[in-house]
Amino acid sequence: MPLSSKHLLGMHGVPAEDLNMILDTATTFREVLERPIKKVPTLKGKTIVNLFFENSTRTRISFELAQKRLSADTINFSTSTSSTKKGETFKDTVKNIEAMKVDMIVVRHESAGVPSYLTKISDANIINAGDGRHEHPTQALLDIYSIREKLGKIAGLKVCIVGDIAHSRVALSNIYALKTLGAEVSVCGPATMIPFGMEKLGVKIIHNIDQAIAENDVLNVLRIQLERKAGTTIPSLREYHNYFGVTAERLEKNNKDILILHPGPINRGVELSSEVADGPYQIILDQVTNGVAVRMSVLYLLGTMN
Amino acid sequence: MKIILKDIRLLNPEQDLDKTADLLIEDGVISKIGNLEAADLNNAEVFEYENTVVVPGLFDMHVHLREPGREDEETIKSGSNAAAAGGFTSIACMPNTKPAIDSAEFVNSIIMKSANHLVEVLPVAAITPAREGDGLAPIAELVEAGAIAFSDDEKAVKNASVLRAALEYTNMYGKTVIEHCEDSDLSEGVMNESLVSTMLGLPSKPTISEEIVVMRDIALAEYTGGKLHIAHVSSKRSVELVREAKARGVNITAEVTPHHFSLTDEAVKTFDTNYRVNPPLRGKEDVEAILEGLKDGTIDCIASDHSPRAIEEKDVEFIYAADGMVGLETSLGLALSELVHKSVLDLAKLTELMAINPRKVLGLPVPKIEVGAKAELTVLDPDAVWTVDVKKFKSKSKNSPFDKKLLTGKSVAVINRGKMFTEDGFKDI
Ligand SMILES: [Zn+2]
Repeated sequence: MPLSSKHLLGMHGVPAEDLNMILDTATTFREVLERPIKKVPTLKGKTIVNLFFENSTRTRISFELAQKRLSADTINFSTSTSSTKKGETFKDTVKNIEAMKVDMIVVRHESAGVPSYLTKISDANIINAGDGRHEHPTQALLDIYSIREKLGKIAGLKVCIVGDIAHSRVALSNIYALKTLGAEVSVCGPATMIPFGMEKLGVKIIHNIDQAIAENDVLNVLRIQLERKAGTTIPSLREYHNYFGVTAERLEKNNKDILILHPGPINRGVELSSEVADGPYQIILDQVTNGVAVRMSVLYLLGTMN
Repeated sequence: MKIILKDIRLLNPEQDLDKTADLLIEDGVISKIGNLEAADLNNAEVFEYENTVVVPGLFDMHVHLREPGREDEETIKSGSNAAAAGGFTSIACMPNTKPAIDSAEFVNSIIMKSANHLVEVLPVAAITPAREGDGLAPIAELVEAGAIAFSDDEKAVKNASVLRAALEYTNMYGKTVIEHCEDSDLSEGVMNESLVSTMLGLPSKPTISEEIVVMRDIALAEYTGGKLHIAHVSSKRSVELVREAKARGVNITAEVTPHHFSLTDEAVKTFDTNYRVNPPLRGKEDVEAILEGLKDGTIDCIASDHSPRAIEEKDVEFIYAADGMVGLETSLGLALSELVHKSVLDLAKLTELMAINPRKVLGLPVPKIEVGAKAELTVLDPDAVWTVDVKKFKSKSKNSPFDKKLLTGKSVAVINRGKMFTEDGFKDI
């Protein structure tokens, strides 16, 4: 059974069968990553472009490695949107790259909707590697894979996403996919960081980090953007840490097991204290390894559809 | 030259006129209404349109022409052609050109450039020099040159004391201040703030960013007694605020655009930048409130906010796209389809909204359908079914989300300044 779409634009509306297929296939690739020779010929002859209009070394490297492990030919095109705004339009850039005959495009862009715009100007398979505050589907998939690996299931789990939900692309993708797979999802953060109407997505809203810790099996703690203008959403990073930071003290007080995820890069002393970032509950580096396996799975399933 | 519109419904609620008769126009003036005699038919061109209605020429009081500055998007001429094709005999053009219309010379030049066209182009001048919000533009001079109203459209006048002065000063000349109500600090976004914007991850403009300025402006209009017109009302609360202010006797009027009564922010889910507009498309309950406001007279006018944009300003990533849609050539079709054919209001009321009230808001005379009157008329075919095709637009820009949409009702002819426009083009009559 192939996936129901030739693109991976987001987690919204993706059926559970597709999610499970991606996760199960990722398990196979996860095993490949433990072998001495970590390479399979699956996508030999396929050309994949990593089109990064926003700097994100981690995500790009993870995709690139996944592509190399699958024996695909990889091209990296990184540029800042400010330079494309001045010169060539996005559309012309894409048309140019497509003229070189590419099979798949992995795209990261600061504007929501760019992956869906790409499907209209290109025939390639499009994979969203993060569009604005909209979606980051492979991040959600690797988060869910990592949770499933540790806890053995998703259905029935209570998962809380902590941080600046309003400016996050990770939160929405996680919310959609987790709910499709039967998890109970909540978000925790200051009111100014919770977007309009979030509760209508069937998500519980929490403004107290101790409550979030007490009520949930999993915390997915998002990075607080240091560059966010102080005073417009939170008074200061110090206040954020004091009232919403996940600290060892808070976890100990909770007196039960909890799984801590973080998409990285971490701001130590802001959303996570260093003890937590290095502590027994977190699986941050597993997420990184699983990210390659999950991306291999997505690339493989889309790249071999026809 | 003589033309005859044979056996046609003549509708002008302003004159309590609604009857079927023959209409004879000689040298641009209505010379006879009623059964024509053999002599009248001599050398006359006769038009026999079936099931059509003659109304006072439609007036679009919110049009963006891009001359000077972006003539690649629209010129005074191309915009006037689009207006004629859309059924309008007169339009008011907004001053946010580059440079802005803030001097008598610019006002003059627009009037001069459009003097020989069927469509009258009436310049709205800037409230403040270069629309920058600091102090008043030379309002008396601009009035003398022919400015029909004042606006810094595309943004509100941020400084309340400047707006207060503008309301007091324009009122000496009986002119209206047209406000684009938006608090820019609250509206750093590209679509309506709603569950949809949350799901799309797009930065958003809450309705409160409009309403807070509507509230302030009403307070200033009430205090000064000046004439205030709220452009492109888009939210439920704004409609209520205008309704409440009118009930208190505030000198206030308001317009809505066809896209704000026919679309909701759900359309943005396509990420089609043609749905990007300011004010943004709002929610279902806002649309319902606007329809209610159109029905009960809270909303005085329908205006297109025709905003031509070049392809390279629209065929880009959503957050970089320019706001706006062209509207002159779909406005009437949408109004007839969404309002008249869906029984929100009747043709007489639509005539008020699209021909009579815009002129009243601006203090202009309403064309009459009577012997001796200058013929400024639109001939409507309310039941004609047609498909929007942006490629056929007279406008230089094609940024309409209504391309390929099936509409019911359109204009078949417009007459003004001794000229007539039909599907065959312009001719002198
Ligand atoms: Zn405006």
